[in-house]
Amino acid sequence: MSELEEKTENGSTDASGQDASREQGKKGDAATGYGVLFFIGAFAVCFLSGWLLFPNLLYSKKEQPFNFNHALHVDEMGGCDACHFFREDGSFSGMPKTSQCIECHESQLGDTKDEEIFITEYVEAEKEVPWLIYSEQPDCVFFSHAAHVIKAGMDCRSCHGDIGTSTTTKTYEENRITGYSRDIWGKNIWGIKKNSWDRMKMDDCAECHERETGSKGACFQCHK
Amino acid sequence: MKVDRRSFLGLGLGAAAGVAVTPATWKLMDDSSIWTQNWPWTPVPPAGEATYDNTVCSLCPGNCGIMVRKIDGRPVKIEGRSDYPVNAGGVCLHGISAIQYLYDPSRIKAPLKRENDTFVEITWDEALDMVAERLTEIRASGSADKIACVTDQTKGTIPGLFARFLKATGSNNVYAMDTMEKTWEITLEKIHGGRSSAGFDLENSDFVLSFGAGLIEGWGSPVKNFKINSSRKERGSTLVQVEPRLSNTAANADVWIAAKPGTEADLALGIAGVIIKESLFNSAFVTASGKGFQELAAVLGKNYSPEAVAQTTGVKAAKIIEIARDFARSSAPIAIAGRGRGMSAGSVREFSAVHLLNCIVGNINTKGGVWTLAAQDYEKWPAVEMDDLATAAFEQAPLDSAGSMAGLFTNAGKEKNIEALLIHQANPCFALGDAGSVTEAVKKIPFVVSFSSVMDETTQEADVILPGHMLLERLEDRPSGAGVAQRVTGLSRPVIEPLFNTKNPGDTLLELARKMEGTIGASFPWESYEECLEAVTGDLWAELSDQGYAAETATPPGGGVKVDFSFIVKSQAPVEMEGEAKDFPLVLVPVDNVRISAGSLISSPFAIKTVSDNVLKGKDLLVEINPETARANKLSHGDLAVIETPKGKATVRVNLFEGIMPGVVAMAKGLGHVLDNNKYVGGKGVNINELMGPIVDPVSGLDAAWGIRARLSRA
Ligand code: SF4
Repeated sequence: MSELEEKTENGSTDASGQDASREQGKKGDAATGYGVLFFIGAFAVCFLSGWLLFPNLLYSKKEQPFNFNHALHVDEMGGCDACHFFREDGSFSGMPKTSQCIECHESQLGDTKDEEIFITEYVEAEKEVPWLIYSEQPDCVFFSHAAHVIKAGMDCRSCHGDIGTSTTTKTYEENRITGYSRDIWGKNIWGIKKNSWDRMKMDDCAECHERETGSKGACFQCHK
Repeated sequence: MKVDRRSFLGLGLGAAAGVAVTPATWKLMDDSSIWTQNWPWTPVPPAGEATYDNTVCSLCPGNCGIMVRKIDGRPVKIEGRSDYPVNAGGVCLHGISAIQYLYDPSRIKAPLKRENDTFVEITWDEALDMVAERLTEIRASGSADKIACVTDQTKGTIPGLFARFLKATGSNNVYAMDTMEKTWEITLEKIHGGRSSAGFDLENSDFVLSFGAGLIEGWGSPVKNFKINSSRKERGSTLVQVEPRLSNTAANADVWIAAKPGTEADLALGIAGVIIKESLFNSAFVTASGKGFQELAAVLGKNYSPEAVAQTTGVKAAKIIEIARDFARSSAPIAIAGRGRGMSAGSVREFSAVHLLNCIVGNINTKGGVWTLAAQDYEKWPAVEMDDLATAAFEQAPLDSAGSMAGLFTNAGKEKNIEALLIHQANPCFALGDAGSVTEAVKKIPFVVSFSSVMDETTQEADVILPGHMLLERLEDRPSGAGVAQRVTGLSRPVIEPLFNTKNPGDTLLELARKMEGTIGASFPWESYEECLEAVTGDLWAELSDQGYAAETATPPGGGVKVDFSFIVKSQAPVEMEGEAKDFPLVLVPVDNVRISAGSLISSPFAIKTVSDNVLKGKDLLVEINPETARANKLSHGDLAVIETPKGKATVRVNLFEGIMPGVVAMAKGLGHVLDNNKYVGGKGVNINELMGPIVDPVSGLDAAWGIRARLSRA
């Protein structure tokens, strides 16, 4: 026979004992309540910071050395490849050098502040413009523009979007950990994309390769 | 409110759950993986436009045509030039690392002068004034003949300008580092008469008998010979290698003959004796062109019978006879001398004994044989203007009548003192035998001027440094030599703006001459070295500058050749080693390693990285000995040991190798540099020249040392 049964049988269970156990039950409820409260609080704080604060903390904002009007230049020059051309050996020239720009901008052509910065700080100082490149990929990625643009006939827009019609340069958001642009992962923090140019991660390359060639491709095609 | 364990649990779980349903964790995982694959501190070469510039590698006498790949004007890679006659697209590991030489931490970045024990930077004007004033003073005191100049070689317009400068000041003391080329020239002159350089048509030979020539260790023109050797099998050509150790060339050869070191000449004479005795020689050629053949045949018959030679060399008599027959019965046999890379002189006795084999089979100036190439004659210099001082001083005998550097530095500090020494692309304090004494001698020279690009051992002793451009920054003509059977002149040209405040030594000399005024200035009428090169190369310039080289067709020189066999009979005394066998029971021999540069050039950090752990481990040099030698000296593999010779001692480690003769110790050449700032190469290993002295060859006056007696004991 248990002690409690014995006590009850003997009528010797006193009231104080019963109070204590009730008290204990109440205390337990309160602690669980706090636990839940803390859970909800912590959840809410972390949830909100994860969505709202984290993306702001992860990226630092940088401005380009000066504003560049792509739309105007495309109009004047007649296409992306006027400035971003293929060299004779098939390699892609990428960002134009100051020497290329000088072909037109030896001295100021218009009256914008941006062009003035370009002329005084770069052309006259014989320096290259330290453009921040939105589409810069890590060095462990080999990418041939020639294979995509010349061979496969893709247009620049498929990966670079509507940059050609932009009139200003947007703020460059640099990932504080990787040092690469936010455009690689995509503006959407979950990495969800609507357009083919919204993200430039490996999966995006693979997705297009699978669609177009029937295979995601082998590792060494891009990681040499 | 009481915060207890459950609250914390709630907090933790809440935080975890909260984070889990945000993108933070997943995004951070992705970002950190990207970060770890692209450490921000790892340098990434910038991308840019790729261009190629043609030039000629001047790191060794090979003179290969190279292509420099540049990204936005920055050299990033060296490749062989496939349309170049010497190397046909190939390049060696020193050539591919030529870019490292540009950024070498020992590079001299501006003119320097010595102040007590340090160097201080000065302007070019100050430096040139100092040198001009000092040389003018020496001339005025009637000691113009005590100005000496040491260069790496004699061919080409830059050595030409140095010789001209010395002549205009009144000195005929121009010395070049000893190589096998010089010994071959002397040998050919003694046997055939007239000055010519040796060309070896190995490509067309079907039987190569090599007396220690390291055909794949960088002998002669290295890449050319690598290529010739790799096509050997398909050409059906045989290689017989005579060498006391199983070098790479010996391992690659069809037959390896381990003759005792220093007995190569005896072996060659023994083989010649068999060929003559068995009438396998080319009697038509010998009768038509030879002099003193009967006398020679008698001496060989008497003193060099296969049995006697077997005694001297340790090679079995039957083997000697077999090699002799195979050699003589081949259609285009060739015998070559010049140990290792051929960057040391060697003895005339040995070279002429080897060349005797070519002479008796009549393989001189024929396809697959040895060619007597006339010296390159494209340089057209105007006469040197000399004032009375210069004319009088130039009449004086040179400081060393044999033209040997060993002699020059033995005399330095003695009565025939050198008053001033000009050094260009040579490093005698490292590369000459008994380097320690050479350094002491150089220290005693009152005025030393270095034109070097790097702070090497000799430049450290200079009073004034007029730093030169490095390869890839400098313009220079590079005439072929190094035993190539074709006359090719290459143009080494700048592919990059000079990185530092240096000058082309040609320009430095022109400016120096102008500062010295008078007839000296007048002897150098060109505005710049480029103008001088263009003027001096004359008709060749258009081709040189257009194509980057000018090549003659590779055909044997015409005209008959005479053979004086009596010279071979006369030069019979073998070159003995220094030291007594009772004190020094072992023989130390230097070994050329294809990965370590020889002569005055210092290896690049890349080249040193590729050296095997059995040659250089950390900072320790390993000497190679046979396990039998190790047992006799109570040593095992990897042990620290002290090697002692009559010239000095050093601490080394031991590498056991079955492929070396018992009693012989082999040590790699080209290590043990003492270099300011260059921790990649400096302080690694031991310089064998600290342990070996020069032995002056009785015929040539050049250093003929091939080994030294030594002892080895546990450290
Ligand atoms: S063999 Fe000589 S010349 Fe040719 S690439 Fe090598 S170092 Fe240069």
